[in-house]
Amino acid sequence: MSPTALPLLQQWVVVLAALLLFLSFVILAQTRLISAIHAFAWQGALIAGVTAVVAAAAHSPHLYFSAVLTLGLKALLIPWMLHRLTRRLELENQAETLRYPALVGMAAVALIIFSYWLVLPIVQAELNFTRNIVAISLAVVLIGLLMMVVRHQAVAQVLGFMSMENGLFLAAVSATAGMPLVVELGVAFDVLVAMILFGVFFFQIRASIDSLDVDQLNRLTEMTDASDGAEGEVG
Amino acid sequence: MTTLNWTFAIIQAMIYIVCAPLLVGWVRKLRAYLQNRRGAPLLQPYRDLRKWFIKETRVAHTASPIFTIAPVIVFMTTWLAASTIPLLTLNTPTTALADLIVLVGLLALGRFFLALAGMDIGTAFGGMGASREMLIAALAEPAMLIAVFTLAMSAHSTNLTQIIDYQLGSGFVLRPSYLFALSALGLVAMAEAGRIPVDNPTTHLELTMVHEAMLLEYSGRHLALMEWAAHIKLMLYGVLIANIFFPWGITTTLEQWSTLPIAILAVVLKLMLLALIMVIAETVLAKMRLFRVPGFLNLALLLALLGLLSHVMLEVGV
Repeated sequence: MSPTALPLLQQWVVVLAALLLFLSFVILAQTRLISAIHAFAWQGALIAGVTAVVAAAAHSPHLYFSAVLTLGLKALLIPWMLHRLTRRLELENQAETLRYPALVGMAAVALIIFSYWLVLPIVQAELNFTRNIVAISLAVVLIGLLMMVVRHQAVAQVLGFMSMENGLFLAAVSATAGMPLVVELGVAFDVLVAMILFGVFFFQIRASIDSLDVDQLNRLTEMTDASDGAEGEVG
Repeated sequence: MTTLNWTFAIIQAMIYIVCAPLLVGWVRKLRAYLQNRRGAPLLQPYRDLRKWFIKETRVAHTASPIFTIAPVIVFMTTWLAASTIPLLTLNTPTTALADLIVLVGLLALGRFFLALAGMDIGTAFGGMGASREMLIAALAEPAMLIAVFTLAMSAHSTNLTQIIDYQLGSGFVLRPSYLFALSALGLVAMAEAGRIPVDNPTTHLELTMVHEAMLLEYSGRHLALMEWAAHIKLMLYGVLIANIFFPWGITTTLEQWSTLPIAILAVVLKLMLLALIMVIAETVLAKMRLFRVPGFLNLALLLALLGLLSHVMLEVGV
């Protein structure tokens, strides 16, 4: 779909979706937790922006409500909660470096191409405009998944999970002009409850292994099996 | 008509030579204002150039002919590269030459001789500067090429004039690929023109300098040519970004002379604004460690790649 053929509002949707994809990369590559949380907040704000623009384009007023809800929840409340958690867990200054940042970036680019290839057959279904955005949102979901795989830090993994949710929301908004309000409210509260549960889990994990590096959970099981060799490693 | 066109092409190329120091003077003035200084007068770069041309030119006795010929080559390639970029009008006889890949190639040729000149005397600083310049160039060039290919894919041509023509013809359209290509080219321009997050053009501190380290042994008219080439390079990137992404105001044909003043005004305004943005970025950012420069240029590469992908995914009609 050439952008010259689209009305201006839909051009905005496309641009915002592309920026959202870029922010996924930022969250993926950011070594500092606080900066990653800020990038996540911006992603939430962009989702809200997309929702508002779709609402204006499709003349569906209930989407405005959904945009405000998204803005409040994903751009303000959840980032604030994560921010507070990181401060209480004293993780602000901790930088987690990816072992192969270039490789992870290339994997993310490969995921984008893969999701584009997956969505290509939908061309036949005459969804020519939304197909593009569906490819983007699928890529956002997959990059969130990649982030949960490559990061060792529990808080960073939660960020990956949340940005996966952002991708799903983008797909819902752009492909079907929004879900019914009841479903949307349900999902919003699900995310909120998940966030609270994650907060409890963080403290549980830290209390049991003294760190939020999830990789150490593997080592703990090895330690119970093997007798004394692993003990020096943990300390 | 052709003679008129040729004269105009030559005039346009001369404008680059004449006005580049003025742009640098404007950038320095703005920067001084943002740092609460009064700063040197706007015409100071011209005075510096005149001073260097008058002064005696000394050449180290270990220098090979490359050392003396490099300033001329660097100046000429930069100028030739600049003259391919449409400044005021699109239809000049040089448009056939105005190819983006030629542009990148010409800049690379100039950089090659700059690095050779840096290593020629055999001082430690020159070699260090040359190796750093090559590191930056090797990382910046792929990003620039991919950004350029993104533009070329939209316009179906690598010719600059046709790209600008296409952009003018389609009116105001929001393209994510252009947005990404613009940011990538902006980052590359900062790195290639030796501006602050990558290199500081005003310092002569051993540990940080890149471009200055290669010019350390030059004096007199050689130094003047090298500095002038650096000025032209800054203006080249400015005009490139201004006229590709915001081409409005440029004259498409020379038949109507009345559009020429508008074109001049437009390009001056665009360059002044771009300089302002660049200076604000330079004032806010700190110079980074050399080992963080690859990360900076990787970001540019990623942006360019995303531009290419978003063009394929979002903008190509199937």
